[in-house]
Amino acid sequence: MPVSLEQDRRVWQRYDRATVLKRWAWWIVATIVVLGCWQIISGATRWEFVADAPQQLAQLVVRAFPPRWDYMSELWKPLWDTVNIATLGTLVGLIIAFPVAFLAARNTTPHPVIRIIALLIIVVSRSVNSLIWALMLVALIGPGLLAGIIAIGLRSIGFLGKLFYEAIEETSIEPIEAIASTGASRFQVLTYAYLPQVLPAFTGVTVFRWDINIRESTVLGLVGAGGLGIALNSSINSLQWDRAGMIFVVIFVMVLISEWISARVRKAII
Amino acid sequence: MSIKAPSTRGWRPPPLISDPRLRWLIIIGVVVYLYFALSSVNINVERLIRGLDRGSRMFAGFLQPDFTTRWRDIQAGLIESLTMTVVSTVIGIIISIPIGFGAARNMAPMPIYLFCRGLITISRTFQEVIIAIVFVVMFGFGPLAGVLTLSFATIGFLAKLLAEDIEEIDAAQVEATRTTGASWLQTVTYGVLPQVSPRLVGLSIYRFDINLRESAIVGVVGAGGIGATLQTAFTRYDFDIASAILIIIIVLVMITELISSYIRRRLQ
Amino acid sequence: MLRLEQIVKKYPTGDHALRGVDLEVPEHQVMALIGPSGAGKSTLIRCINRLVEPTSGRIWLKDLEMVSLNARELRRARRRIGMIFQEYALVERLTVMENVLSGRLGYVGFWQSWFRRFPQTDIDHAFMLLDRVGLAEFADKRADALSGGQRQRVGIARALIQQPDLLLVDEPTASLDPKTSRQIMRLITELARERNLAVIINIHDVPLAQMFAQRIVGLRQGTLVYDGTPEGLTADRLTDIYGEENWEGQFKAEEDLSTEEQAQIADARRFDPVV
Repeated sequence: MPVSLEQDRRVWQRYDRATVLKRWAWWIVATIVVLGCWQIISGATRWEFVADAPQQLAQLVVRAFPPRWDYMSELWKPLWDTVNIATLGTLVGLIIAFPVAFLAARNTTPHPVIRIIALLIIVVSRSVNSLIWALMLVALIGPGLLAGIIAIGLRSIGFLGKLFYEAIEETSIEPIEAIASTGASRFQVLTYAYLPQVLPAFTGVTVFRWDINIRESTVLGLVGAGGLGIALNSSINSLQWDRAGMIFVVIFVMVLISEWISARVRKAII
Repeated sequence: MSIKAPSTRGWRPPPLISDPRLRWLIIIGVVVYLYFALSSVNINVERLIRGLDRGSRMFAGFLQPDFTTRWRDIQAGLIESLTMTVVSTVIGIIISIPIGFGAARNMAPMPIYLFCRGLITISRTFQEVIIAIVFVVMFGFGPLAGVLTLSFATIGFLAKLLAEDIEEIDAAQVEATRTTGASWLQTVTYGVLPQVSPRLVGLSIYRFDINLRESAIVGVVGAGGIGATLQTAFTRYDFDIASAILIIIIVLVMITELISSYIRRRLQ
Repeated sequence: MLRLEQIVKKYPTGDHALRGVDLEVPEHQVMALIGPSGAGKSTLIRCINRLVEPTSGRIWLKDLEMVSLNARELRRARRRIGMIFQEYALVERLTVMENVLSGRLGYVGFWQSWFRRFPQTDIDHAFMLLDRVGLAEFADKRADALSGGQRQRVGIARALIQQPDLLLVDEPTASLDPKTSRQIMRLITELARERNLAVIINIHDVPLAQMFAQRIVGLRQGTLVYDGTPEGLTADRLTDIYGEENWEGQFKAEEDLSTEEQAQIADARRFDPVV
C-alpha cells in the first residue's frame, strides 16, 4: 500500500515496496539487455572507420555540393518511372486488398477458414519489406519497372488489407440491419450498407499508402527494380556524389509534394 | 430542367464531385495518366516466360526451405538484426523525446521548433536504405551504420507523433501546474508527461516492430543484419535458403507483433 | 494585501479585455468578481499571477511588485498565490495525492519531484487537507476516477497546500450541479477564513456570489462598474453590470433557504477585521 502508517504518521510513497523492487528489476534487466546488444554491435564495428567519420562526412558534403543541376535532364525519366511504380503498385495492391479485406473482416467473411487464409495473406505481405519483395521479383522476372510495381503492390496488400478490414469491423450495425431487413441480397447489403460507411476510410488509407510507396519506390532501383534507385546506385558506385546529391534533392522535393497531395486529399475526405 | 412538369421525375445518384468540369478533368486526367504510365512499362514477354519457368523452381524451393546449409550465416545475420533493432529503438526513443518537445508548437520557441521540424522532415523524407548508404560511407560497413540509420528513422516517426500529441494536450492541466510555481522541467514532468506517456510507450513498441522489419533490408547496402545474406541467396538463386530466411523473418515479425499488441492492450 | 493599479490588457487580436482596472483586496476578504461573459473576469485574475501578461499597470502583492518580476522571481511569487480552476485542471493520469503534492512543486527540486520524494511535512499537510475536504480514502485513486465535486475538492487541496496568501478562484462551480456548487463555495470560504486568506472568486452565479462573498465587484467590458456589499447589488446595479433584463426573482434564492443555511451563510460572510 502506498499509504502506510509509521509511528502514527501517515506516510505516502508513489509505489509500495514490492512495486518499487519490481520496477527496479525491470529497469536493470532492460539495461543489461540493451548493453549486451550494444556489445554485439560494437564487436562487429571497426572503430578506426568510425573515428574518421567526420572527415568522411566533410568529404561527402564537399563532393555532393553543389549538386550537379544539369544532371536533372537525365533524371526526368527515372523520376517518371518512380512515380509510376508507386502509383501503379498502389493500384495493384488496392485491387487485391479490397476483396481480401472483406474476406478478413469478422463481420463480412463468408467462412472462418477463409478468414484465416485472408489474414495469413495480410500478415505475410506486411512482414516482408517491399525491397525484399523486389529482390525476389528481380530474381524471378528480371530487372525492370514491372518487378518494382509488383513488389510495391505485394507489400501494399498487407498494409491496405489490415487497415481496410479494421475499418469494416468498425462499421455500425444499424444501417446494415436496416438494409438487410429490406430483403436485400448479400451483395446488395455490401454495396448499400457497408461501402458507404467504409469508403472514406478506404480512400484515406489508400492515399496514405501511396505517399509511403513514393518513398519506398525511390530505393527499389538499388536491387534493379527500376526508378531513381538505379541512377542513385550507378552514381554511388562510380563515386559521382554530385550526381547523388542531385538525386537526393529530387527525392526530397518529390516526397514533399506527394506528402502535400496526400494531406490535401485526406483533408478533403473528412 | 424542363419547364413543363413531366409526369415522372428522373433520379440519379448525385456525383461524388459536384463541379462537372472538375469531374471530367479528373476522369480524363486519370485515363491519360494510366495510358502513358502503362505504356512506359515495357514488358519483356520472353523474359516473363523464362521467369515463369524459374517461378516454378522458386515455388519448389519455398516449399522446401533449407535452414541448415548456411545456418551459420543466417544465425549471425539474425542476431545482428535483432540487436540492431533493440539498440536503435532505445537510442531513437531517447533522442525522440527532446526532439518531440522541441517540435511541439506550444512548448518550444520558434528557432528550436523549426530546427526540430526540419530534422523530422529530413528523417521522414528519405527511405531508410538511402540514409543507410550515407551512414555506411561515414562509418564503414557493419551494423553500427544500420543502428544509426534505424535510430534516425525512429526519430522521424516517434518525434513527429509525440509532437502532434503534445500539441493536443489539455492546456489547463499545464497551466494549473505552472501556477504552483513549478519550474519548466517540473511543469513538463507533472503537467505534460502524464498526458502523453501512455501513447508514447505504445508508439515506441510499435516502432520496435517497424525497426525489426527495416533491419532486414539495410543489409542490402552493407549496414548489417540479415539483409546481406538474403540478397546473396536471391542473386545466387538459392531459393530454398531465401525461403528459410523469409520464413524466419515472418515468424519473428509475427511474434513481436503479438507481444507488442499484448503489451499495448495491457497499458490501456 | 493585493493592489492593482491601472491594469490594462490588450490582446494581439485587438481585443481590449481590461481598460485600466484599479482594485484593492485586504487580507482575509472573500471578494466575488461578477460580470457578463467576455467582461475580462478571467483575464483579470490571470493577470494577477501572470498566466496572462498585463499590457500595462502594476500589481502589488503585499510589498512585491508582480509585473516587473523575472521568470525565477515570478515562480517564487506564484507559490504565494493558489489557484482553483473551472474544469478542475487536475492532471488526470496522476493520483489524487500526486495532484495535491504538485502544489508543492515550487518548493522542491526537480529530482525530488521526479522521484516523488516530498518532505514528510508536506505529506502530513496533504493528508490533513484531504481529511478536511473529505477525500482521505481517495489518496491513491487516479484523478480521472473522481466525480466533478470530488475533483474540485482535490483542486482546492492542491491550491491550499501551497500555503498561499491569496487564492484566485476561476468559475469554481460552472461545471457542477447546484447542491455541489454550494458545498464547494462553502468549503472555499470556510478554508479561506481558517487560513486568513484573501480570495478573489470569479463567478457567473450572482445569488451564489451574494451568498458567500463579503464584497462584490462587477466588471463590464474591462471596467469596474460596481464595488460594494452583496446587499447593495440591486436590480439597477445588475443592469449596470449585465445590461437591461428583468431581474425580479433573482433575489429569491436566499429567502428559500432554511434558517440553518442562512445562519451558515451569514457566518461565512462575516467580515472579521481582527488580524
